[in-house]
Amino acid sequence: MFTKRVVMRYPTKLVDKPIVSKLVKDYNLDFNILKASVTPNEEGLLVLELIGDRKNYTKAMEYLKSLHVTIQPFKHDITRNEKRCTHCGACITACPSEALVVDTKTKKILFNEKKCIACELCIPICPVRAMEMHY
Amino acid sequence: MSKTIQEINEKIKKGQAVIVTAEEMIDIVAQKGEKHAAQEVDVVTTGTFGPMCSSGMYVNLGHSKPRIKIGGGTCYLNDVPAYCGFAAVDIYLGCTQTPDFDPRNTDYPGDFRYGGGHVIEEFVAGKDIKLVATAYGTDCYPRKKLETMINIKDVNEAVLFNPRNAYQNYNVAVNPSDKVLYTYMGTLRPKFGNANYCSAGQLSPLMNDPFYKTIGIGTRIFLGGGIGYVAWNGTQHNPGVKRKENGIPVVPAATLALIGDLKQMKPEWLVGASFLGYGATLTVGVGIPIPILNEEIAKYTAVKDEDIFAPIVDYSENYPKVIPGNFGEVSYAQLRSGKITVQGKEVPTASLSSYSKAREIAETLKDWIQKKEFLLTDPVANLPGADSGTTFKFIQERPIKNGD
Ligand code: SF4
Ligand code: SF4
Repeated sequence: MFTKRVVMRYPTKLVDKPIVSKLVKDYNLDFNILKASVTPNEEGLLVLELIGDRKNYTKAMEYLKSLHVTIQPFKHDITRNEKRCTHCGACITACPSEALVVDTKTKKILFNEKKCIACELCIPICPVRAMEMHY
Repeated sequence: MSKTIQEINEKIKKGQAVIVTAEEMIDIVAQKGEKHAAQEVDVVTTGTFGPMCSSGMYVNLGHSKPRIKIGGGTCYLNDVPAYCGFAAVDIYLGCTQTPDFDPRNTDYPGDFRYGGGHVIEEFVAGKDIKLVATAYGTDCYPRKKLETMINIKDVNEAVLFNPRNAYQNYNVAVNPSDKVLYTYMGTLRPKFGNANYCSAGQLSPLMNDPFYKTIGIGTRIFLGGGIGYVAWNGTQHNPGVKRKENGIPVVPAATLALIGDLKQMKPEWLVGASFLGYGATLTVGVGIPIPILNEEIAKYTAVKDEDIFAPIVDYSENYPKVIPGNFGEVSYAQLRSGKITVQGKEVPTASLSSYSKAREIAETLKDWIQKKEFLLTDPVANLPGADSGTTFKFIQERPIKNGD
């Protein structure tokens, strides 16, 4: 058995298409949806845990790429440059997974890495570019 | 009972003055009433920390040997063009300026990763900056090219001079259209995806002195982590707008032009910023002390987020096309709750100005005054007030005639 967590982003026109059920039917993959949302550009965003055969997984990824779905491995590789962050809060509404929230008492913006799905949406939104992606 | 600024300064010097932040003043007035609060409290400190595009610095570089007249020539600081239409080595760098090679919005939405604001931040931080200047050469200023590293500690003057800062209230930006908008109010998601606002509300300087009774030309302030002064009213100063009963304008109103010695400022309070698809700018920290001269001023400084309202403006149509109208008003308390209702839809809110940093500025200013490092000033002249007739106009376009 092979398990992989991926972040999928797909164009608007695919939002209503049953892509995930095709992964089950045609490629015999099992899945858990870790996160599903729509980005500011109205793109679909899906974080999936895929379970199945490695060969089938590779084929499924090729199928998705042919549909212009971008696929990234899911890892916690977003950090916040604490020295740069001004705690403005501009990033809060960009974050689809509530990894960035206001502390109601201190009014500081808290970054919870555990909740971050590394979608990168906050990176260009942050005016001082405090959110950083590490490859 | 009323006090004068001189009396308050005497108390500061003796270490007897009572200084509180605008947040603390809310509770004091609620518990003790305006009258007692006015007797007890001498100074209320305010703060704001947000992107302020009309900001920049002027620098006198010092003369080169042989001399160069950069005035009328060209000048770049870390590839960002500076204005040099002054004397030989005086230049001005605005925070929204970007390098000539920046693709800007031809690569939509532009990233605006580096601009004048970032140069200012690095310069204040003491980093070396690359200077490239050209000149046409004169008998007294023969040199035509200058390429050197410069540092803030070596230049003659480095002065932050911002034509418009510290807006008294501002719009809440929303996007009812179907496409994402990249604005100076941040990225606005379609169909009311988010509502962005930009004010420190109850902590903001001009919210605590709505009729400019104490803040005027010459007022000493916290600017960029150092000491600065109110130089003038800011551009687009618009004091004659509609106000609530508490005196707070319900739309953007007064503004301030601020000045101060950049050499004593700190990069934590002058931070270069990039607005996707809009441009580069500078996040500026401003804090203003308000002397509690009487009950009326005590009452003003106790203003709460619940009592300050901002208009919800459509940035897809109304703002760009200058069409009057808005989606109603919301209070800053509602905005800070994280969501508001617009046209029956629940919309998440995001702030562009940092409330926690505004609080830190008010605390810092309080600390300076307590340590007797900072005394209050009487304004030299008042700012144009609500009845001054000063308004904010749009340009009247007229055809350019040939031969004119
Ligand atoms: S937008 Fe950037 S600076 Fe503002 S709170 Fe988020 S990470 Fe910090
Ligand atoms: S990358 Fe940024 S926006 Fe995306 S989940 Fe992580 S914190 Fe939120």
